[in-house]
Amino acid sequence: MAQELKTTERQVPSKLDGGERTRSRPVFVPRADIYETQDNIVLLVDMPGVVPEGVDITLEKRTLAIRGYAADQQHQTYRQIYTEFSAGDYERLFTLSEDIDRDGIEASQKNGVLRLVLPKAAPAKARKIQLKMA
Amino acid sequence: MPLSDFGRIGIDPFLEMRRMQHEMNQRLAGVTDGAAQEFPPINLWVGENSVAVTAELPGIAPDDLDLTVRENTLTFNGNREPRTEDENAVWHRRERAFGSFSRTVQLPFRVDPELVDARFANGLLEVELHRPEADRPKKIQIKG
Repeated sequence: MAQELKTTERQVPSKLDGGERTRSRPVFVPRADIYETQDNIVLLVDMPGVVPEGVDITLEKRTLAIRGYAADQQHQTYRQIYTEFSAGDYERLFTLSEDIDRDGIEASQKNGVLRLVLPKAAPAKARKIQLKMA
Repeated sequence: MPLSDFGRIGIDPFLEMRRMQHEMNQRLAGVTDGAAQEFPPINLWVGENSVAVTAELPGIAPDDLDLTVRENTLTFNGNREPRTEDENAVWHRRERAFGSFSRTVQLPFRVDPELVDARFANGLLEVELHRPEADRPKKIQIKG
């Protein structure tokens, strides 16, 4: 039992590539909203403190990986007296269920929220079937 | 006589419990206890005559946030809009909270409402507040 408790306290290996991280910073799973419209799948990911240049998005086969690197909060001559959140990196993986038009993916970042628009590939779009009148 | 005869039955309850624990740990690995936490989460920093408050406010436009300073309190008021441009959108996942929020933070000392510096970038708010001149501690010279 004791041995098991110890292993859970250790730094969790990165889910993205299975290796351990070299930077000792906390890694958070960002909160995300995902919704689907007729043509697109839209992802909204909360990553406060991450500048647009610090966002890294990769799509490999059906696995979408989102990473965000937040800058350290530095306050010279200030001393921290109360903490509810800490700066860290964000990492999250999604498996896409439908074929996505890879070239049409759009990403934007506003007010610390990443917005990804993944257009559905043509065959996955719903087709309306007309009834022939007999 | 063997210490346990679980092997004979074919089920080891301890092995089963370890397996369940492992499974629970895996499931809970990505869950943060954000639901019970107040919004926005804040950090407080203290300097000699000033205090800095940082808050995580992702998805909120600077115009949608109201900051009020009174005596030694700082109040955040705002609204997080649920964002869909399409009424017929199908939700796959909904983890980001929305709705209006209000939070009042007590600062370690009274602050000058005229001397407030607020910066808001990438969903991270930074407010710097200063102690009024009259309240600053004065060093008293001792005559020999």
